[in-house]
Amino acid sequence: MAQVILFLQQLLNGLSLGSIYALIALGYTMVYGVLRFINFAHGDVYMLGAFCGFGITNLLYNFCHLDQYNAISVHTFIPIFLCTGIVMLGSMIFCAILGVLIERIAYRPLRDRPRLTVLITAIGVSLFLQNMTQFFVGAQPQAFKQLIPVRAIEGLGDLTILSSQAAIILSTIVLMILLRLIVMKTKLGLAMRALSVNPMACSLMGVNNGLVISFTFALGSALAAAAGILVAMDSPSVTPLMGNVPGIKAFVAAVLGGIGNINGAVVGGLVIGVLETMVEGYGFPQLRDAIAFGVLIIILLYKPTGLFGRVEREKV
Amino acid sequence: MRHARALLAVFLVLLFLFALFIEHPFSTHFSYYYDILINIGINIILAVSLNLVNGYTGQFSLGHAGFMAVGAYAAGSWSTHLGPSIINLLAGSSGILTPLLQPLGIQLAVGDNVSLLISTLFGGLLAALAGLAVGIPSLRLRGDYLAIVTLGFGEIIRTLILNIDFLGAARGMSVTGTYTNVFWTFGFAAVAIYVVLGLVNSTYGRGFLTVRDDEVAAEAMGINTTKYKVIAFVVGAFFAGTAGSLYAQFTGYVTPEGFNFFKSVDVVVMVILGGMGSTAGVVVAAILLTILPELLRTLAHTDFVPALQTSLESVIKIHLPPLQGLLENRLILYSLLLIILMLTRPQGLFGDLAGSRKRVAPPASK
Repeated sequence: MAQVILFLQQLLNGLSLGSIYALIALGYTMVYGVLRFINFAHGDVYMLGAFCGFGITNLLYNFCHLDQYNAISVHTFIPIFLCTGIVMLGSMIFCAILGVLIERIAYRPLRDRPRLTVLITAIGVSLFLQNMTQFFVGAQPQAFKQLIPVRAIEGLGDLTILSSQAAIILSTIVLMILLRLIVMKTKLGLAMRALSVNPMACSLMGVNNGLVISFTFALGSALAAAAGILVAMDSPSVTPLMGNVPGIKAFVAAVLGGIGNINGAVVGGLVIGVLETMVEGYGFPQLRDAIAFGVLIIILLYKPTGLFGRVEREKV
Repeated sequence: MRHARALLAVFLVLLFLFALFIEHPFSTHFSYYYDILINIGINIILAVSLNLVNGYTGQFSLGHAGFMAVGAYAAGSWSTHLGPSIINLLAGSSGILTPLLQPLGIQLAVGDNVSLLISTLFGGLLAALAGLAVGIPSLRLRGDYLAIVTLGFGEIIRTLILNIDFLGAARGMSVTGTYTNVFWTFGFAAVAIYVVLGLVNSTYGRGFLTVRDDEVAAEAMGINTTKYKVIAFVVGAFFAGTAGSLYAQFTGYVTPEGFNFFKSVDVVVMVILGGMGSTAGVVVAAILLTILPELLRTLAHTDFVPALQTSLESVIKIHLPPLQGLLENRLILYSLLLIILMLTRPQGLFGDLAGSRKRVAPPASK
């Protein structure tokens, strides 16, 4: 029985970590879908989302005295929910604008150049964001003030679910449903899907490709910002380099699910998250960061299209 | 190539004369400039070898620092542990050859320069092996995938070193025998340039360029593209390893942190600034980008910067973090260089001058 509880516990921790990866992976996969290139700077958009949330939280603490809500009860639920919502929405909007700006300034002028040129630019953008953030806030980790009081949810026996984990998983589910509605039910979503099939035909049908690409960047960056806030609930510190490792792991998740495939990115993120916590939980903590790369190499060698990806034929 | 060989010989003789007469007084009186000089040599080796992979063969690798780390640690452990114990095994008090050597009165000792040469070659060879092990699986990938996988391998090498206690793990490793000098550094740089140019300009080496220009067409013409990619990768890794060895035996102390992703970025920026596929350009870029951060650091410590800061703050009425940080962080400069170069001059500063090989047609942007 203890074994089962341990397994469930690891699974749960893995799912909450995996939700974060899934949210970031969606940005990679959507951008790849419309532009066929890997947005190297996406991990840093996630980092800036966390920093923006950090700033808004500090403001909220000053103006609304958030520290009085240090337990979850019927009375504190609504203010906590509202404040978290404000922080999340604020930094999602900030990052959406940032993502659109990055695309306009750095990527759009390179639309018809070789993909390598865009990749190098993206590396440049990533380094620029990291180091400018470091210049302004310093390299030291900053403590993210607590948004949701972290308590174990009672009444589950030996299984420990923290309120922060529950918040991560629930918010991820809500965001996924919203994303699905946007992609499947709106006109812009339809245009996004069309663009990923054939950009030329899409623009011949009267779609404004530039607008759709901007929208894709906004959407992906907003999801990354949400991931930044959610991760700060669980491990409350932010640093300018925090985007590097999750960024790469989320990229692996996107490749695992089949890059360009939205459902695949979610599955990939969850799989990577669960694998990582399992490996760590069952006795190989030092291998934790190597897992993602191992998965990436195996996937690229044996099934480069990922779990749900389309096969693209090479034409001369 | 006979011309080039003569040039190489002349250069080596000049270097030898420098090492014989000028090096010692120079290194004692101007140790700061001597450091920069050696670093220039090491960076030239790194940039020229990466240019073979990224520039001539068109396989974008982001893991060069990983091979440098292999070379540095291999050379370090050779000159600190393996070399002395082999000498001891052969000619120590109970060594294998001692009964033979002692009656003859021969003492087996290895001079500084020989020791440096052996450990540097050892470092290069191990790095080449690592390059082979990494290259065979990852070179089946293309473009941005290859970039990410090589980045991953570079990080895996670093993580491995971090977990090997023999190599000092996170504490770093002290290297005994810091024999690196101008002769060996620039000698290896000259050999690297010679080998890369010789490879690319030979009939055989046209294969590298065809792989870059059009892989499908190259394959259709019967060129074994995988073989060319792996050869480029292994040669590149070999020279990265020698650069790492020279570095380890210059500073006498290496840590895994010195070979992280940002070190790879340094080299990539040199290659891109110089112009991918232009050895002359890449050498100039390596020299420039070694000196520039030093110049900026000097500038940051003049009175000018604080004065600028106070006047700027009085105009915009916002308190800024110290501007020195902006000048001292080379990565801010590099990131801006990358973005601006790609937007305005993707062929690099010297990409279309003599010595570079231009693409016949731009590759498909699909």
